[in-house]
Amino acid sequence: MGAAAEPTTTTTDHEGERPTMLKVTGLRKVYDGGAVAVEAVRDLTFELAEGELVCLVGPSGCGKTTLLKCIAGLMPPTGGTVELEGRPVTAPPPDMAVVFQEYGRSLFPWMSVRANVELPLKQKRLPVERRTGLVREALEAVGLAGSADAYPWQLSGGMQQRVAIARAVAYEPKVLLMDEPFAAVDAQTRADLEDLIRALWKRLGVTVLFVTHDIDEAVYLGERVLVLSSSPTVVQDDVTVDLPAGRDQLTTRRDGRFTELRTRVYAEIQRAKRGDAGADGRPQDRTGGREGSPVAGGSPAG
Amino acid sequence: MRRGPAVLTTGAAPPAVPAGGGARTRRAARAGPDRPLLGALGIAALLALWEAAPRLGAVSARHLPPASEVLATLAERAATAAFWTAVGDTLTGWALGLAIAFAAAVLLGLTLGSLPRVRAFTDSTVDFLRPIPSVALIPLAVLMYGTDLRSTLLLVVYASFWLLYIQVLYGVADVDPVAEQTARSYGLGRLARVRHVVWPTTLPYLMTGLRLAAAVALILSVTAQLVIGSPGLGREIAVAQSSGAVASVYALIVATGGLGVLVNTGVRALERRVLHWHASVRGEAAA
Ligand SMILES: Nc1ncnc2c1ncn2[C@@H]1O[C@H](COP(=O)(O)OP(=O)(O)O)[C@@H](O)[C@H]1O
Ligand SMILES: [Mg+2]
Repeated sequence: MGAAAEPTTTTTDHEGERPTMLKVTGLRKVYDGGAVAVEAVRDLTFELAEGELVCLVGPSGCGKTTLLKCIAGLMPPTGGTVELEGRPVTAPPPDMAVVFQEYGRSLFPWMSVRANVELPLKQKRLPVERRTGLVREALEAVGLAGSADAYPWQLSGGMQQRVAIARAVAYEPKVLLMDEPFAAVDAQTRADLEDLIRALWKRLGVTVLFVTHDIDEAVYLGERVLVLSSSPTVVQDDVTVDLPAGRDQLTTRRDGRFTELRTRVYAEIQRAKRGDAGADGRPQDRTGGREGSPVAGGSPAG
Repeated sequence: MRRGPAVLTTGAAPPAVPAGGGARTRRAARAGPDRPLLGALGIAALLALWEAAPRLGAVSARHLPPASEVLATLAERAATAAFWTAVGDTLTGWALGLAIAFAAAVLLGLTLGSLPRVRAFTDSTVDFLRPIPSVALIPLAVLMYGTDLRSTLLLVVYASFWLLYIQVLYGVADVDPVAEQTARSYGLGRLARVRHVVWPTTLPYLMTGLRLAAAVALILSVTAQLVIGSPGLGREIAVAQSSGAVASVYALIVATGGLGVLVNTGVRALERRVLHWHASVRGEAAA
């Protein structure tokens, strides 16, 4: 029970000590355009406090992207509500940015990197000097200051996703939604990008909802991990990640606590696949490590 | 590789889907150092054949005067103001008709393309009107406008409009949902999305349509003058023919061919400029 004993910085406050930023209540989405109606999401309820970094894990096809699009106001939910700072979301809110998994299709090939990052700012009608400043800072933050005049298709996959992140950062959102942003990049690039996200989050104090299917990534990045069940989708578990705020690819991943947490999340996902979620679809209220996990690797390395 | 080269060839192909596939092979071929030389040799060979055939009596010189005679006639004609007025008239019909068709196709295509229900409502009408050959409208054009420039315009606009309009519809339908959602999530409204997402997506399709339409518009511009007798190179050909000036007929035909080459070169240059970012043009850089 080390959570209370951890030295907490301003960015690692726990839920409840800060005002709610994002609130999802009873969200349900049924696609009924095709021949058969698909219930992508059954009943999702959770909250994100201001400045939190929460990861959402769930098996492929469980409705993560659907959920994100509903939160982003890109798609109306069939039931339930999404609230941003207490106001219901019905259209894309101006304080929110989304980073899509398909970076190649999300960037506009007819615009240079600079123009891609600047377009949303023009839309916001920011004055030129402010725009130039924000674009420069954002590109510097992701290490692409030298590629401003390149076109997206001249860059590698990892660089393209960094452009997409820069575009989101320059937009100065209060909430940043990321949909499996690193699923298509190689392992080394991925580790770098994970650290980039932690660094940006700490610096900007933005609220982040990070969707991934990778358990290690979720535990490494998040302050909290929400585990989704497979379809019909509910929140299976809500795990507080009580790792120190300063994370490092080598030491954090070797930490015994890291292994415990990933084991627990893994077990939850296995449980979800077998289908024994809570009967009412609410998250199970359990904290701390569970023992007797079915996977190997429970012993701390080192 | 059906998709790639369709963007790059001139034939009256069906509405083509732009893609990068064939660009690389074409570039490689074009980049070969021998290519311009071979092209010049080909033309020289053709001219030699053309010169020899009537002189050796393979064809009657009354039906096909030798190349040297035709080219001399062309040079003679090119020294007269009437020739250049005719060229100007032909190009006016071509450019004006193409511009009208372009503006109408883009406006209608962007509007109807984004309204699925209206599009479904008009689709069958389009399928009926599109195959009607423009030349079938000649009697109608004469009835309405006589030998006026407007007769030429009617034919040119009708023929090139469908080529452009269909391509715009294809382009609008090809807008990537991820790009569209990205734009919406960053607060781009309807008009801003048309400008920054739909229009650039449509451009490669539109340029293909423009290349086809530019060639067809020139053909129709000359046809209208030839058949209806509105002023231009076409009418000059008809006049030369009826006065039995065979070498002049050939000289004018060569002149229209020259215009065709110029038009095609111009559109291709425009295409390379406008689509510098597109897979069909950027070629090797995309690797
Ligand atoms: N536009 C759509 N129409 C119909 N079904 C869809 C659509 N988008 C997603 N689905 C279905 O909804 C479910 C959840 O999809 P998605 O949200 O993409 O899952 P995830 O992002 O977790 O992989 C899947 O079964 C998928 O087939
Ligand atoms: Mg997904």
